[in-house]
Amino acid sequence: MAISGLDIYKLLPKTNCRECGFATCLAFAMQLAKKAVSLTSCPYLTESSRRALEAAALPPIKLISIGEGETRFEVGNETVMFRHEEKFHRPCGIGFIIDDALSDSEILQRLEKINKLRFERVGQELKVNLVALRQKAQHKRFIEALKLFSGKTNLALALMSDEPAALKEALLFLKRRRPLVYRATADNLAEVSRLAAEFKTPLVVSAADLEELSKLSAELTDMGVADLVLDTGDKPVSQKLWDLTQIRRQALQKSNRSLGYPVLVRVEKDDPYEEAIEAATYIAKYAGIVLVKGIESYEALSLLTLRQNIYTDPQKPLQVEPKLYSVGQVSDKSPVLVTTNFSLSYYTVLGEVEASKIPSYILSVDTEGMSVLTAWAAEKFTPEKISESINKCALKDAVAHKKIIIPGYVAVISGELEDASGWEVTVGPKEAAGLPSFLKKL
Amino acid sequence: MATQLAKQNWSGKISTLTIGATKEQGGTRAHAVEIGGEESLPFLFPEGAIPNKPRIAFEIWDVPPKDWTEELVRHYGKVFLDPLEWAQMCVKDYKAELLCLRLQGAHPDCADRSADKEAQLVGRLLKEVDVPLIICGCADDTKDNLVLPAVCEAAKAERCLIGSASQDNYKTLVASVMADGHNIIAESPIDINIAKQLNILISDMGLHLERIAINPTIGALGYGLEYAYSIMERSRLAALSGDKTVASPFICFVGQEAWRAKEAREFGPQQGIIWEAVTATALIQAGADLLVMRHPEAVKKVDRYIEELFRR
Repeated sequence: MAISGLDIYKLLPKTNCRECGFATCLAFAMQLAKKAVSLTSCPYLTESSRRALEAAALPPIKLISIGEGETRFEVGNETVMFRHEEKFHRPCGIGFIIDDALSDSEILQRLEKINKLRFERVGQELKVNLVALRQKAQHKRFIEALKLFSGKTNLALALMSDEPAALKEALLFLKRRRPLVYRATADNLAEVSRLAAEFKTPLVVSAADLEELSKLSAELTDMGVADLVLDTGDKPVSQKLWDLTQIRRQALQKSNRSLGYPVLVRVEKDDPYEEAIEAATYIAKYAGIVLVKGIESYEALSLLTLRQNIYTDPQKPLQVEPKLYSVGQVSDKSPVLVTTNFSLSYYTVLGEVEASKIPSYILSVDTEGMSVLTAWAAEKFTPEKISESINKCALKDAVAHKKIIIPGYVAVISGELEDASGWEVTVGPKEAAGLPSFLKKL
Repeated sequence: MATQLAKQNWSGKISTLTIGATKEQGGTRAHAVEIGGEESLPFLFPEGAIPNKPRIAFEIWDVPPKDWTEELVRHYGKVFLDPLEWAQMCVKDYKAELLCLRLQGAHPDCADRSADKEAQLVGRLLKEVDVPLIICGCADDTKDNLVLPAVCEAAKAERCLIGSASQDNYKTLVASVMADGHNIIAESPIDINIAKQLNILISDMGLHLERIAINPTIGALGYGLEYAYSIMERSRLAALSGDKTVASPFICFVGQEAWRAKEAREFGPQQGIIWEAVTATALIQAGADLLVMRHPEAVKKVDRYIEELFRR
């Protein structure tokens, strides 16, 4: 939680020496609270005050970085309980568990499938984040599977094992890939923490009870392991929701540093629908990393899309640049489809026009990222706005005709739009899905 | 240092809405369904009572739907022509505990079915099945104002949930619903202020707030889901903080939205089922009390999830 100017003032020397450039310590404190100046401007700050102030300035949920290179991802740094209060910042990591007990060919098949889980939706690339290898067999098999596995994917890795010796050998092998190590518990704390410290990897710390978890995490920070991810083990879904909510509240509302880390959840169900449903619950409610078992693309696409939805900035809907787009080999006879600059509207229309294989223009009107009906209701998709856009984009230079097509949902504006723009208006289908047949009949 | 739990205390409570009237209650339903009544955010059981589970209603139509995707036609195609058979199938084969009848055929651009015809259908449906009913008009205001009053009368005392009232068209429906002892769906376009305003307008006419369900207008997964999600969270927070005018249970038309998505229509049956199920899941987490769904498999999975949510 943000520290107030007055709280900061209490920690300053209160001598009003002016060496920081401000008339009084209080004035300096106020600027510090606004993060407008740096602590180092005060030459007389005591060591204990400095530490207290630095700690207070840290984000309440630590940013944790997993993996190396292109596929490195970061989770944490969240600031709110509800996305409408600001936004959720760092999309949770989505990963897959592979057991070492599977045969070599099964492991490779799974990896190959996982590597292909990339999708494009509304102009964004949706990607999965990590693969976790779990030890079920002997130590030797774990390392064997790891060797088979690690060169076949460049996704971030996680190592899941209860044997510190196996973890150590795996970490030696992986060297610089900065895998997530799973997991430190009350039973192996000292050993596993030494590994995390030696190899500088992020570490999952696990306890069923929040009190115990908080204690373990504090001990780990004392041992110098600072990059933690929390886990509360297997529980019924409503208890898991309670843990996730409670941990987020502890960090944000109670400034509880020992619970100020992202949380990892595991969902492993044989039925992909049931697994997706439970994983979706945690994507919506505060998970930092979600590990699943299912690698079917229909499951992954639904989870990645939900993550995209939940982590969209509510103040800034996804938008495209408002302008005239050409699709395919357009000519001056090509039809002109009018839509908004809301990404979803634009990309839905684009997809259907591409599917129709009829070269067309799409005029994306600046509706500040609102969809067709919302923009119409908010008077951002009016005859005036559309006419303005027609002129701004010099539509008359692009096509030889004077015809535009508007979405069926705003059929009511067609008369006024003809008067305002001087263009002939055709009412198109309500849903973009109707575009291919509509365009063919044109 | 002991970790002090960060608990929320709420002063408000979501109203409890009862759909269906049994014999003792003056109707003919085999059971009544209660929704709402929450005193906490979704499934945070230690913070307040959550007396009722979210419920799922199967959607059926008076006329064969033209744009239902192949996967849905595979399940319902053979009963499309007969809404009574369709209803039986949902109740008998899929164990539906609630049905949502959409009177799309009344629309002038569809079959333009008369108010009389629709009222007769509702009368026959009430004899055919004994589960509580949700009944929706065709979304043409003029026509709905003719059809829905007749339907309300035909279902008198059965305590149906009938919709939809909107900011521009609520008076006729409110009057009928009041006269015949039903509940009402108040629909607002993803806007908490309009939802609140409409609830006030309806209750000003004398229909109790306890007889309203809010339809916040949802988008499917990938198609604006997050707007409804946040509007529902905001309304819930306001309601639990004591604002009675937004403290109504939510009804979400999940099936209709999810099966419009390109992914659901074109990427194979499994993608469609998961699209409907995950849309429902996210909305349940935002506070949905009543979900109107289509695919029997998606319903089954979401139903099981709801059971699991209540296992503590």
